Amino acid sequence: MPPPARSRAGLAFSAWAARGEFRLQVCGDCGTTSYPPRDVCPNCWSSRLEWQPAAPTGRLLADTVLHTSTNVYFRERMPWRVGTVEHESGVALLAHIHSDVPTPAQGGQPVRLTVRTDKSGQGVIVALPVEDTPHMNDEKQLRELSASVRHRRVLITDVRTDFGQALALKVREAGASRVFAGVAEPWKPFPGRDALATADHIEQVSLDVTQGDSVLELAGAIGGKTDILINTASHVRPGSTVGRNGLTAAKDEMETNYFGLLRLLQFFGPAMQGRAADGDNNAVCWVNLLSIYALSNWPAYATTSASHAAALSLAQGARADFQPSGIKVLNVFHGPLESEWYQPVSPPKVTPAKLARVVVDALEAGLEEKVVGDIAQDVMARWQENPAVLERELTQDGGAL
Amino acid sequence: MTVLVQLAEALASQKVKTIDLTFTLDPDFPVLVLPPEFGQCQPFRVEEVSRYDERGPAWYWRNFTCSEHTGTHFDAPIHWVSGKDLPDNSVDTIGVDAFVRPAVVMDFSVECAADDDFVLTADHIAAWEQTHGEIPAGSWALFRSDWSRRSPEAYLNLKEDGAHSPGPDSTAINYLIEQRDVVGFGVETIGTDAGQAQHFDPPYPAHALLHGAGRYGLQCLRNLNQLPATGAVILCAPLKIKNGSGSPLRVLALVEEST
Amino acid sequence: MADARPSQPYPGVVLAAPVTVPYRRYSHQPAHWWIGCALRALREVSGLEPADIDGFCVSSFTLLPDTAVGLTQHVGLSPRWLDHIPMGGASGVVALRRAARAVQCGDARVVACVAGDTNQVNSFRSMLTSFSRFSQDASFPYGGGGPNGSFALLTRAYMDTYGTTRETFGRLCVAQRQNALAVPFAMMTRPLTLDEYLDARVIAEPLHLFDCVMPCAGAEGFLVMSEDDAKAQGLPYARILSTIERHNAFPEDPIQLRGGWVLDRDALWSQAGVTPAAVDLVQTYDDYPVISVMQLEDLGFCGKGEFNDFAAEQTFTNDGTLPHNTSGGQLSTGQAGAAGGYIGLVDALRQLTGQPIGNPVPDAKVGLVSGFGMINFDRGVCTAAALLAAA
Repeated sequence: MPPPARSRAGLAFSAWAARGEFRLQVCGDCGTTSYPPRDVCPNCWSSRLEWQPAAPTGRLLADTVLHTSTNVYFRERMPWRVGTVEHESGVALLAHIHSDVPTPAQGGQPVRLTVRTDKSGQGVIVALPVEDTPHMNDEKQLRELSASVRHRRVLITDVRTDFGQALALKVREAGASRVFAGVAEPWKPFPGRDALATADHIEQVSLDVTQGDSVLELAGAIGGKTDILINTASHVRPGSTVGRNGLTAAKDEMETNYFGLLRLLQFFGPAMQGRAADGDNNAVCWVNLLSIYALSNWPAYATTSASHAAALSLAQGARADFQPSGIKVLNVFHGPLESEWYQPVSPPKVTPAKLARVVVDALEAGLEEKVVGDIAQDVMARWQENPAVLERELTQDGGAL
Repeated sequence: MTVLVQLAEALASQKVKTIDLTFTLDPDFPVLVLPPEFGQCQPFRVEEVSRYDERGPAWYWRNFTCSEHTGTHFDAPIHWVSGKDLPDNSVDTIGVDAFVRPAVVMDFSVECAADDDFVLTADHIAAWEQTHGEIPAGSWALFRSDWSRRSPEAYLNLKEDGAHSPGPDSTAINYLIEQRDVVGFGVETIGTDAGQAQHFDPPYPAHALLHGAGRYGLQCLRNLNQLPATGAVILCAPLKIKNGSGSPLRVLALVEEST
Repeated sequence: MADARPSQPYPGVVLAAPVTVPYRRYSHQPAHWWIGCALRALREVSGLEPADIDGFCVSSFTLLPDTAVGLTQHVGLSPRWLDHIPMGGASGVVALRRAARAVQCGDARVVACVAGDTNQVNSFRSMLTSFSRFSQDASFPYGGGGPNGSFALLTRAYMDTYGTTRETFGRLCVAQRQNALAVPFAMMTRPLTLDEYLDARVIAEPLHLFDCVMPCAGAEGFLVMSEDDAKAQGLPYARILSTIERHNAFPEDPIQLRGGWVLDRDALWSQAGVTPAAVDLVQTYDDYPVISVMQLEDLGFCGKGEFNDFAAEQTFTNDGTLPHNTSGGQLSTGQAGAAGGYIGLVDALRQLTGQPIGNPVPDAKVGLVSGFGMINFDRGVCTAAALLAAA
C-alpha cells in the first residue's frame, strides 16, 4: 500500500481529507497558511494553527511521471504522475496529478485541488483539470483513489426498506455491474419487491444479518464477488432507557445493528480483504449507515442510539483491520429518516433518494466519512465543537435539535 | 402381559409406529408476525461456541436462542391474559399427564385448500363426529389443514392486511371445551387462531377461550396426514421452563398399524 | 539589528589525511563497520593514535539507533569535542567548518571528521520511509519516488524556466564518468557517451537512468588540525580560505530554482580574496546534474540560466577546463549515503595535496567544494561551500 505513516498533524490533514475537506493550517495569530502540517507557525512561531478550509485552486508548476518507485504499491501501478503545485495561498505542495491536466507551461498550469484518502487510508491531494473532462473519473489514478461503484459488484445487505431499494437502484444506475440485494425472511412480502425483481442486474439474495448461518452461506456464495458492501440492515425503535419496558427491542436493535455488522465483518471481511488488490474492479469499500446519534445519545431513541454507538465503535475497529489491505470503511451518518420508525419526529428527514445519492457520491469521492442531511450535519458540527455541550443540548426539549 | 410390555413389543414389531409431528428448528422457519408496534416473536437463532477448533478442540456445540413460541411449540394457559390467574398454568407446573394423550385428527384440508381463510365452526366439528364418532374427553383435538405442506411464503401467507390462514371461531372452541372437554387444540398453522382472528369475536378465540379454560395449544404441527382420524396417542412434553408461557418441543404420535 | 559581523578567517587551521574506504554496491556490514574502517585508515595515513584524536565529528544515515555519542564508546574514543552532522550532502563542508573553529579556538587539537553508510538491500527504502517528517507527511505518499520524484520536479522546473537542456546535463555526466574511470572502486566502470546518456531509460520524467546516482556502501574521512601539528606529523595539508553555510533559504519560492549560495557567495569569494576564475577544480554535490548546475550558477561561475553556453566551453575533466567532481562524483563513483556529502571535499583535499585517487588535476592550487543536503519536503534545505587552497 502507499506509505501510511503520518505525524500527528499529518493525521489531522487526513481526518479532514477522509470527509472530503481540503484544509490547510492557518495561524490563528498572524494568518499565515502553512504546509506540510506543522506544530508551529513558520512565520511567528505561534502554536495556534487552525485547520481552515483551503481554496481548491492552485497552479501546477512542474510535473513528472514516475517510472520507478521504492514503494511496491506504486511500483505495481507505474507510470504515476505527480507534481508540484503552488496553492492559492502561496504554499507549495506535492499532489497526484490527473492525466487530463495539461503539462504546465511558463507561469504554471491552473488546477483544481481536491483531497482523497489513498489505499493506506491517509489523506492525499489530487490536482484535477479546472473543468471536468469526459470520463475523468475513470482515469487510472483517480479511480485508484476512489471507491466508485462503476464496474463493481455491490452488496446491499437489506432491501426491505425504501432506503435499501433506492440504494440498489441508484448504485445500478451509477454503473455498478451487479447488485446483490439482501432479503431477510423472504417469506415476508415487502413493497417494492416486484420493481426490484424486474430491474436489470439486480439479484435478490437471501441474507439475514441476525443469523450467522445466513451470512456465512451468502459470503460463501458471493463473498469473493463483493467489491463494495453497503450495510442497510437496521432495526430502529423509539424509546428511552427508563421508559422502555424490557430488553427485547433493545436486543433486537443490537442483534441487527451491532451483531449483524459483526457477522457481516467476520464472514465478508476476509474475502474482501483478499481481493483488495485484485485489478481495477477490486474490493474497495465497506459502507455503514449510522445514526448521527451514535456520536451522542438521543434520549428519545436511547437504545437505538446506543446500538449505533456500538456499531460505530465496531466500524472503527474494522477500519483498522481493513487498513493493511486497502479496503476503505465509509461511515455515512444520517439524522432521522423518512421511515415509519421516525414518524413522530418532525422534518427535515432524510429521504431514500437523498441517502442513495449521497452514498454513491461519497464512494465516488473516496470518502471515509459523510454526514447526510441538515440535522445530522448540525449534530456533527456541535459534536465537533463540544461533545459535552451537545449532550446537554440533546437532553433539552426531548432532545430533538 | 402388562400394557407397557405389550406396547414395547408393538413398538419393536412396528405394530405401533412413531410419527414425528415436528418441524426442524431452523433459523429460516417463519415465526408469527405481529403488527410492528408490538413486541415480536424471536426466530430460532444459533451461534457456534466451538467446532473441534481453538475454541474447543474435541467438541462441537452451539448456543441457541428463540421465543417460547418458535417452531413447533406448546402454548400454556399463562400465555394468554385470560389464563393468567389459573393454577398450574405454566409449562413447568402443568400436570404431566396432559402431555401423553389420545388425539383425534379432524381433516379439513380440502376446505382449507379452497379457502385460505377457512373458519372452523362447531357445526364443522359436529359434522365430523357424524363420521368418526364423538371426540373422547381428555383428548387432543388436532385440526388438519395441510398448511404444513406449504412453502414458507404461503405458510404465513402475508398480505397487505396481515396473515391469511385457517382457524377456529369461538363456537368451535367452546364446543371442544364445553361439550367435549378436550385437553387442548392443535394446528398445523403458526397459531391456534386463524390469520385474521384479530377481527373475530372475541379476538383470537382459540387463545382466549382455550387458555381461559386451562386448556393447551399445539402449533406448527406436521405430518397430520399420517395419523388416523382417531386412535393415535401423542407425546408432547414442553421444556420445563420456569413460568414458561410455552415451549418449542418434539411432538410424537403413536399410531397402530391399520389391519 | 545591525549587520552581522563578517565571518572570521581560519589562520593556522588545516585539513589533512584524506581517506576513502573503497565503495561496494551492497554490504552486509553495518555503518559502524564502515566508519570504523575510515578511522583505521586515518590512523594509518596520519600515524596518530586514538588517544591523539580529541575531536570527533560523524555523519551517517544508517547508524541508527546510534549517533556520534554511541560511536565514541563503540570505537573507544574519549574526545573533548563531539559533533553529529545530519546534513546529508552538506555534511562534509559543515563538518569542516565546525571542526576548524574547534581547532582554531582550542576546543580540540585533532578532529577526525568521518562519514559512512552501509547499503543493505533494503536500507535505501527504509531510510526514505523515515527520512523526515515533512517527506513522510507530504512527499513520500505521492508515488514513493523518493529523491527521484523530487528532483524530477526540480529538474523539470529548471529546464522550463532556464532552458537548461538534457544535453547540458549530459555533458556534466559524461565528463564525470571520464574522471571516474581511473577510480578503482567506482560503481560505473565503462565510459559514457552523450547518446547513451540521452537514450537511457526513463526513471521519472525528465530524469533518465544516468541522471541518478547508484546507492552503495562506503566511508570517507579527513582530519582537521593546526598547521603546526600537520607539519610535525609530516602530513600534506590544505588551507581553508573561506566557508559558507545556509539552511532553508528562500522558503517563499514555490519551487526550488536557487539555493542558499546566492545569499552567501559574496562573503565566500571576498573572504577568500579570489574569484571563480582562480578556481582550479570544483566539487559540487551531484545527486542529480541539475543540482550541480544550480551550484555552479548560484556560486557565480556563470550567470543564472546561462549554463548551456558556459558548459559548451568547458570539458569538466581533470585534464581539461574547470575539472569538476574529480573522482567521478556520486553519479559515477556511487552515493555512499552521508559519505556522498564528503566525497567532493575528500577528493579536493587529495588533489590539492598531490595525492589524487584517480587522474590528477595538474597544478591544482585552489579548489571549491560545495554541498547541498536534505530534501526535507520538496527542496534541499542545507547549502554550504568552502574554498580550499594548496599549502
